[in-house]
Parts: sequence; C-alpha cells; structure tokens
Amino acid sequence: MQDESSNARGLKAERLKAEGLGRRDFLKSAVVGGAAATVSLPQNAGAQQAAPAPAAAADAANPGYGFLNLEEAAFVEALVDHMVPADALTPKGTDIGINIFIDRALASGWGKGERLYMQGPWKRGAPSQGYQLPLTPAQLYRAGIAATNAHCRKTYGKPFDRLDEKQREEVLMGLSTGKVTFDDGLPARTFWTTLYQTVMEGMFSDPIYGGNRNKAGWRLIGFPGVIAVHRENIVKYRDKKFPADPVSIADMS
Amino acid sequence: MATKLKEVDAVIVGLGWTGGILAKELAAAGLKVVALERGAMRSTDKDFALPNVRDELRYVVRHELMQNTARDTLTVRNNPSQEALPMRRLGSFLPGEVVGGSAVHWSGHTWRWTDMEFKVRSLYEERYGKNFIPEDMTIRDWGITYAELEPYYDRFEYTAAISGKAGNIQGQIQPGGNPFEAPRARDYPLPPLTPILAAEMFTEAAKNNGYHPFPRPSANASRAYTNPDGAKFGPCVYCGYCQRFGCEANAKGSPHIAVIPIAMRNPNFELRTDSWVTKVLKDSDGKRVTGVTYTNVLNGEEFEQPAGMVLLCAYAINNVHLMLLSGIGQPYDPVAQTGVIGKNYCYQTGAGATLFFEGRHFNPFMNAGGSNATIDDFNINWDFDRGPHGFVGGYNMSGGFNTVLPIGYRPVPRGTPQWGKEWKAATAKWYQTAMNIGASGSVMANRYNYYDLDPTYRNAFGQPLMRMTFDYKENEHKLGRHAAQNINAIAKSMNPTRLNEATARTDPWTVVPYQSTHNTGGTIMGTNPRDSAVNKYLQSWDCHNLFLIGANVFVHNASYNPTGPVGALAYWTAEAIKNRYVKNPAPLVPA
Repeated sequence: MQDESSNARGLKAERLKAEGLGRRDFLKSAVVGGAAATVSLPQNAGAQQAAPAPAAAADAANPGYGFLNLEEAAFVEALVDHMVPADALTPKGTDIGINIFIDRALASGWGKGERLYMQGPWKRGAPSQGYQLPLTPAQLYRAGIAATNAHCRKTYGKPFDRLDEKQREEVLMGLSTGKVTFDDGLPARTFWTTLYQTVMEGMFSDPIYGGNRNKAGWRLIGFPGVIAVHRENIVKYRDKKFPADPVSIADMS
Repeated sequence: MATKLKEVDAVIVGLGWTGGILAKELAAAGLKVVALERGAMRSTDKDFALPNVRDELRYVVRHELMQNTARDTLTVRNNPSQEALPMRRLGSFLPGEVVGGSAVHWSGHTWRWTDMEFKVRSLYEERYGKNFIPEDMTIRDWGITYAELEPYYDRFEYTAAISGKAGNIQGQIQPGGNPFEAPRARDYPLPPLTPILAAEMFTEAAKNNGYHPFPRPSANASRAYTNPDGAKFGPCVYCGYCQRFGCEANAKGSPHIAVIPIAMRNPNFELRTDSWVTKVLKDSDGKRVTGVTYTNVLNGEEFEQPAGMVLLCAYAINNVHLMLLSGIGQPYDPVAQTGVIGKNYCYQTGAGATLFFEGRHFNPFMNAGGSNATIDDFNINWDFDRGPHGFVGGYNMSGGFNTVLPIGYRPVPRGTPQWGKEWKAATAKWYQTAMNIGASGSVMANRYNYYDLDPTYRNAFGQPLMRMTFDYKENEHKLGRHAAQNINAIAKSMNPTRLNEATARTDPWTVVPYQSTHNTGGTIMGTNPRDSAVNKYLQSWDCHNLFLIGANVFVHNASYNPTGPVGALAYWTAEAIKNRYVKNPAPLVPA
C-alpha cells in the first residue's frame, strides 16, 4: 500500500515538474488562491455586515474541503470563478461558496450515489436512456476533472486552473458542445452536464448547503427565498417589483 | 420463510389517493382493512413545516419524497428492437414514496375526463371514418360513461377541495368557466384562485384570438375549507413551493390530510408503513387471490397477509408491475397481439414558449399549483376539426406559473451564453420579465408502447424490473406541431420584447429531463377479458376479488392530468365493492 501511494506521489510530482511546476509550487499556489479568496470577502460583504474579525472571515471563506483533493480543488475554484466572475452583480464563484457547495455535495449521500441504481450490466445505451455510467457523481467528478486536466495538458501544456481566461473559455465551450472528447473513454458531455448542474445548484440553492453565500444568487434575480406567505402580496405586488431581501432557511431557524 | 398473519377482509397495496379513499370507505362499511405502504409516514406538522420544507435542492432536485431508484426502478427503451437499460435515477416522471403517495407532491390539477376519451374510437370513426385511426393505434372505447362517473367526480372534487369555476352546470354554460366541459351537477366547492399577472395576460390574449380561457381547476384551497368528511384545509398562501413539496398550509388537497386521517380514526383500519409488497398470491385454481406477501423494509422480515380481497392502489406503474410479478392474467405480446397485462402504456406530450416583456414584473415566486389560465379549444372541443390536421386527441394550453424556483427556472432569451458575465447580466435582466405558455397533449395507445418484465435487471428484492417500451408516434408529432404553432401564434399576438418560440418535439422520448408523472395504462379497463385486464368496476377479469385502482386502467392518455378520473374511479369502485361485491362476491360484470 505504502509503496503504491508513494509511487503515485512520485508520478504526480514528475507530472507537475513536466509542467514546469514543482509540488511545493503547486501547494503554494493553492494556498495563495485560498488567501486571495479570504482577502476579497470582507470587501464584498462589508457593506451589509459588521466587519468580521479577520480570523472568522478566513473560516467562513475557506472552511476546507471534505472530498476534493488539491488538484480537484484548484480545478473547481478556477471553474466557478470563470463561470461566475466578479462584477457589479455578484462576487465571484469562490466568494459565494460555489466550490464549497460542490465539495459538500460530492461528499454527501448524493455524491456517493444514494438513490442511484448501481447494478450492472453496464452498457453505453442510447442518449434517450439517460445516465448509464458505473460511477457515482463523486467518482464521475473525480474522473472528469482528471480527464479535463489531461486534455488541458495535452492542448495547452498545463492544467485547467493554470490556463488563461481565453483558454478556460475554450475548454468549457468544448465540453459543453461535445467538441472536447476524453482519451480515457469517459463521456465528456455527461461530465459537463453534472459539472454545470452543480455550479448552478451552488449558486441558487439555499445557503444551508454552503453555496449562494449571503444569498448572492437570489439577490441577482430578486428571488425572496423561503418567505412564507404571498396571499396579500399576490395582489399588492401585481406587476410591481417585490422588495426582496431574501430569507434563507437559516434566517428563519 | 414468510410469517403468515391473521386474515383481514381487504388488503390495500399503497396508501395514496386511491388507497386512502378505499381505506376510508371500506373501513366505514365495517370491513377490516389493512394498508401496506412502501414509504414512511410524513405529516404536515413535522415534515412539511417552515422553513425547512422550502428547499428546492432537497425536494425538487434530490427527490426527497420520491421513489428511490436504488431499490426499484424500470428499464426503458424506445422500441422493441432496442436493449432496455435501467432508469438509474428519476427524471421524466416522479412516483411518490410516502404515505399519501404522489398526491403529497402533486400540484392539484383536477379535470373531468369526458366521453371524448371514454368513447374515443366510436366518436372518431363516426366522424372521420375507420381509416382515420392508424392501424397500430390500439385505442378503443373504455366501457364507462361520463354520466356514470359524474357523481363520483363531484365527490372527489368536494373531498380534495378543488378551486375552480364551473363552465357548464346542468347544461347551462357559465360565463368565465370552461364552456367545453361536460355538464356538472353543481359548481366546484371553492372559487378560483387569485389570478396572477401571467395568467391574466394569457387570458386576454386567448380571448383576443377567439378562444375561451378559464382558471385551471386545482386542489389548492382558495379559502379555508372543511370537506364532507370533516377534514380541514387552510387557505392557499401562493408560496410558490407546490409541485414536489408537501404543503405546509394544509391548503393542497392531499390524501394525508383529506382522507387518510379519517380512515386512521376507524378501528377497522390498520396502516403498516415501510411494507414493500412483492407478490399477490393466487389460490390453487387461479380464480381468486388469497392475499399478498410483503417485506418490512426496516429489517428485511417477510410476511404473508391473507385477505378476502386485494386492492392494488400503488402508483400506476407499480400496480402493473405487481400483476406481472404475480403471474395474474396473460402478459401482453405486441408481436402476436395476445395477452393484456402491460398493454396500452401511454404518456403525455407537450410544447412550450417563453415570452419576455421588458419592464414587467411577473414575480414568478408567487403562485399556486393551479394559478394558470387554460384553454380547451383544441382539447375537449369537438367542434375543433382534427380532419385537416390528421391527429386523434388534443391538447390544453395554459399561461401562468407553477413552482418555478431558481435552480431550475432562470429564463433567458435563446442564444444567451450559459455562464460568465453576459449570462449573469441576462439572468438578472430577464428573470422578472418572463412568462410561459405551454401545452399538454394526449398520447394515444399504440401496439408497440407497453410494459413487460425485464430479462436482465433486478430490484433490491431480487425481482425483475419492469421494462417500459415507449416512443411518440406520428400522431403525437402531428399534435405537437399543431400545438407549437398555436402557442406561437398566441405568443406573437402579445407582442413580447423577446420570444423563445415553442418547437414540436422530434426526438425520441427520453428519461431526462422531467416531463410528466402521468403514466397510464398497462392493466386497462374494458368490456371483455379478451382485450382488457379489468371490467368497468376495476375488478380483475381473472380473479374477482382483486381490484386495480389507478391510472393503470386508462385505455389511453388524455391531455388532462389523470387525478380527476383516478379519484372518481376510486369512489366508483368503493361503491361497487360496498354495495354489491361484499353481498355477493362474484364478477360484477359477466365475462
């Protein structure tokens, strides 16, 4: 066992070196990425919240990963910041916890294939027959990140999180349109569908799951959240903007 | 070895609408009744309370109240030459798995199916000739009439707290209601829900186009209400979390508030939850059933529950599955066209457009299950001439919202990027400004759409999965094209800023995404055992003490939601059992 894992580590180090990046560099860059997220949070949240103590802010912004490894975390952080960039409308993906949502979802019963029929035989099937891979969502994510990074290394010489914005866009367009295929046989479109769905879930589900921090996704569209009663509102706000200060499950608990 | 229990008068398999109605009625008539429900108990006060019930991820995306496909699912394919593969997670349809069944998470749309369905073959043949109906379209008259069911529709509407506006009371057309509906004895128990802006705009546009819009009848109580059995409903609060959620306001007509508590108060009735029925048992000569076997899913223990009568009241798919697993009746063979069990599986079709109106505020988070306006001009309107369009059936069209939550509903004009700054800006800009017009279309039975047992895949109990073979045929494609054209014509007449036009589907039926939990047929009703599984009282032709109650008895699928006739048929069957069968346990219709 020990031999195997140290061997795997050796291989990974070799691969990183081939990309002109040592393991220490890789770790450092991940830490810097994390720190950048913690620095930007108070700026975004500052207007609405009492300034939190720096240590508390760090905890909230980067509570740690339960499923994703370093390479996967770097991929997911880059992905959600690319798909949800910071602008006047919302903070960027990592600042609203989409990466945290994804990590928790993959570590949850859903990620482990709860409610998924997992008996073989396994066949590719027709698209109309839906999901047919012998993988739980977490396994699919893991394999898909590895395959996407392999594609990125082959095409650009580095993993997804080290690509520039234009290259990232090219990769995501390729995945979403089926132009990118994976050498290892994993269906790229199936991975993309799950990837995309989890990013949207992380932006728009209740903040109780780790994403949609400060209800940024709901604020973007004016969704009021779990607010209880619209019996009067339905008349009062007919064709009028509803003054939504969104309410989450935690706000009402 | 299964533990054999003490015999009861009737065992009910599945406790949703039909099981709940039969449980209440038969227990009240003095029968000892046991209901076996595969799911757990769920109650409004504990499970559907605020704020936790308002959780789109948990209930809509992760299917908290639905069948667990890890334990039992179906295999699916589009035609008999394809290899069927398991539906590995839910998608196209969502059977429920708790006390109350799918009627806990339904929206409440409740319709009266008319003789346009029950006499479908004779009506079309009479008007258009025999050749109008394609050879493989295995539709026929149901052997029941609207007039027979009318009192039972009424009973169900008053039980389930339906809000609506009558269109035809005893032959008198009522302004504001559906002028095409068949005559009803009296109005709905409750007035329609407060219309939302999208429904009002659709109503106006439909009128301007010469159609006849009306508020969609729905089991969302528009006011506080007490049903004839004493079950109390609160008024709907338009929370926008209806479909796929339990109702925290007790405003949705669901069996766990409308009928099951009344059965529970009767000492003749016993409910056993977490009880998975694996087989209906036959006696040695195969003329009667003797009870069921089931597994306690909490510990794996097996039981035999002997019963004088077995009532299959599970979800439509599961009722058919149990018949096939139990070897009751002859399985349907589409090649030889012999047998009946599994025959005439039907689904629904549809089309939809999204209209964007810059400057308007639709507040899509404020709505009820039934806050739509509908037209039936292309549905139960027999003056609508299908001849030039060449299809059998119809579609109802509606405008409005029902449970559109932000993970699933963020409309943007076609061509908008799927992520990035431009996507965010478009999402923010258009979310409030969009409304939908949609059509729900019928699906006529076809020789090659059917169920049988899968030869390869098994469920958690070691039993073969049900195999579903289904695709849309040319008839449904023609109907879909007609619907899309008419949706777009109405939509354009409203001058939206932007329009995502409706398109008719051309692809095969797929197991994703969600389409409709309106799966019908498989053990169809009829006038003789050669081409049907049950008679008009939903009594098995093979075993007279076995009744199959659910949409599995529908001979084809209409454009309407199925729960109206499902509820009415449950009361109709309960009456036949109480008043006739108990006194003389024999076939209620001679074979």
